Amino acid sequence: MTASVELRGVSMDFDKYRAVDNVSVKIEPGEFFSFLGPSGCGKTTILRMVSGFIEPTQGQVLIGGQDMRGIGPNKRPTAMIFQNLALFPLMTVWENIAFGLEVRGADKAARRAKAEQLLDLVELQGVAERLPAQLSGGQRQRVAIARALAVEPKLMLLDEPLSALDLKLRQHMRAELRAIQKRTNVTFIYITHDQGEALAMSDRVAVMSRGQIQQVDVPQKIYNTPTNGFVASFVGENNKFSGTLTSVSKAEGKFKTDVGSFSVTLGEGVSRESKCRLYVRPEHVEFTLKPKTGFNSVPITVEDVSFEGNFAVVHMRDKAARRLLAEVRNDPARPPPAVGSATNIVFAPDKALVLLDSEATAYAEKE
Amino acid sequence: MNELLRRYGKPLTGLAVFLTAFWLLFLVILPYFDMFASSFRPYLPAVDVGGPKDVYSLNNYLTIFENADWHFFGFTFPMTIHLWVFILTILFSCLTTIVSLLMCYPLAYFMAKVISPKGLATFLLLLVVPLWVSELLRAFAWFIVLAFKGPLSLTLQNLGVIAEPIRWTWGLWGYSGVLIGLTYAYILFMLFPLYNAMTSLDTNQIEAAEDLGAKWWQTHWRVIIPHSKPGIASGSVTVFMLAVGSILVPTLLNSPSSSWFTEVIYNRMFDQNDWNGGAAYAFLLLLVCIFFVTGMMRYFRVGLADIAK
Repeated sequence: MTASVELRGVSMDFDKYRAVDNVSVKIEPGEFFSFLGPSGCGKTTILRMVSGFIEPTQGQVLIGGQDMRGIGPNKRPTAMIFQNLALFPLMTVWENIAFGLEVRGADKAARRAKAEQLLDLVELQGVAERLPAQLSGGQRQRVAIARALAVEPKLMLLDEPLSALDLKLRQHMRAELRAIQKRTNVTFIYITHDQGEALAMSDRVAVMSRGQIQQVDVPQKIYNTPTNGFVASFVGENNKFSGTLTSVSKAEGKFKTDVGSFSVTLGEGVSRESKCRLYVRPEHVEFTLKPKTGFNSVPITVEDVSFEGNFAVVHMRDKAARRLLAEVRNDPARPPPAVGSATNIVFAPDKALVLLDSEATAYAEKE
Repeated sequence: MNELLRRYGKPLTGLAVFLTAFWLLFLVILPYFDMFASSFRPYLPAVDVGGPKDVYSLNNYLTIFENADWHFFGFTFPMTIHLWVFILTILFSCLTTIVSLLMCYPLAYFMAKVISPKGLATFLLLLVVPLWVSELLRAFAWFIVLAFKGPLSLTLQNLGVIAEPIRWTWGLWGYSGVLIGLTYAYILFMLFPLYNAMTSLDTNQIEAAEDLGAKWWQTHWRVIIPHSKPGIASGSVTVFMLAVGSILVPTLLNSPSSSWFTEVIYNRMFDQNDWNGGAAYAFLLLLVCIFFVTGMMRYFRVGLADIAK
């Protein structure tokens, strides 16, 4: 009921444009795997290659160890959930769900029984005879999931299926999708540009840019130890400092910028000569009037404070007029600094990551 | 109406409304009404019109059933030639519709879902260019192409496909030429509604069906055809009505053994000068066609609103 997926050196060219560039990744059976990236990064192309709508220009797609070249989408053990769901508007809910069985020649009673069973699984009862247009967004979502599960796929492919829902429903459906995946143990490949979705649901995430995978790892590692500048700035917020490494010892070093020299931790593959930048997460920044020993310190002026409820975002600038962000947990006893005040931010050396610039970083900045 | 008044003022709005009403009443409704009324009156010499003989009756309509026996495989039916022509006209109009549909469905699918937008423009142009030539010329062109010892026969003879020239218009009880001509004349009226219906189909639905394991014909049968039904209905009604009412193509491309009901109407009106009888037949044709079309729409569960789309 579940299968591994492997991409081996897969590339896809559309005329002269390379949408996917030499991607290799192995997805384990029963895994919830996400491809995360900005629009145009090639993630949907990967999904369409796995489902069989397009064949890769180079490389192999293997499902359950079997090479899928030449096998059409109707012969692959995959089921796709489309961004707009693509429910059949002229069929009732149960006919939609049972469509995969109908084309396999199952008789009507069996189809109906399976549809009811799947409606139970997605917790949607009493709507079997309705048309998709008579359902709410969340209900349609569940019908789409049930329809895909009806063909008992070894692999589910989801193309940003939650993007059309409102925020509350989206968060609810995240948990729901995750629960259904655990219940059925089908391998899920999830495509999204929403980092929150990818981090919250996935066992592992592949961050993509310009047709290439930048990093594949568990969500915590993606967020806490990004491998390059693109991942650091695409996933979550980050304060960015340009400068040069002046000294390096093992995984630590000194990074010289126009607002001072900092003790930093070196990211993957960073050496004295490499082009790199310093990244500090807003939540790792603290405010102090006096510099703190063992911490890096930057004098700043507070420009704006936006209160978000459980935390506040402080917008500020340093002496070089660089925009910086800090996130402060809500604590009435320790309010964030007042707008217009001049103070210092401090951050620990192990929270100051120096990461390689990638081709993708340059691309993301141009955008 | 208020919007019109606000935009153009009273005099201009009044004029527009008056002209529309005049056109509708005097150029459409009254002439039809006059023809409808005269279809129930006998054809009389001018002196007797309005006289005691000028009474309303169904006689003009009933002449279609006037006794004349018709022999078919040794059986004898009470069938007049008019009734027979009438039935064949409906039958071959249906056939024209079916042939157009069969030819247009793959073409419309190709245009809506397969061809690139750039290619589509060229393709549409190629389809529409023949329409710029008048119907008369196009029918004549087919008349020449299909003629006995015409270009088609000659080419096939030279290629060695056929030994003797063929009378292309004599097949199908003498209606093959008419069928070809009508299909050619009205095929675009089938193509465009179908194409419109298919472009409005979300490609994801085709892919979803395929992804769920449907074979190509199952995708067509369960997803594409149901979605295109309004287009199919609209195209079929248009082609059928145009074919039934056509006179040019059947006159040019007929054979000695074929006749079209519009020709019967024409003969009664212009050869026999019997406008009353001609009007009766014309209304008969209209009535039967309306019944036929609404019946078919019922059968295929298509509403008028679907066709208007």
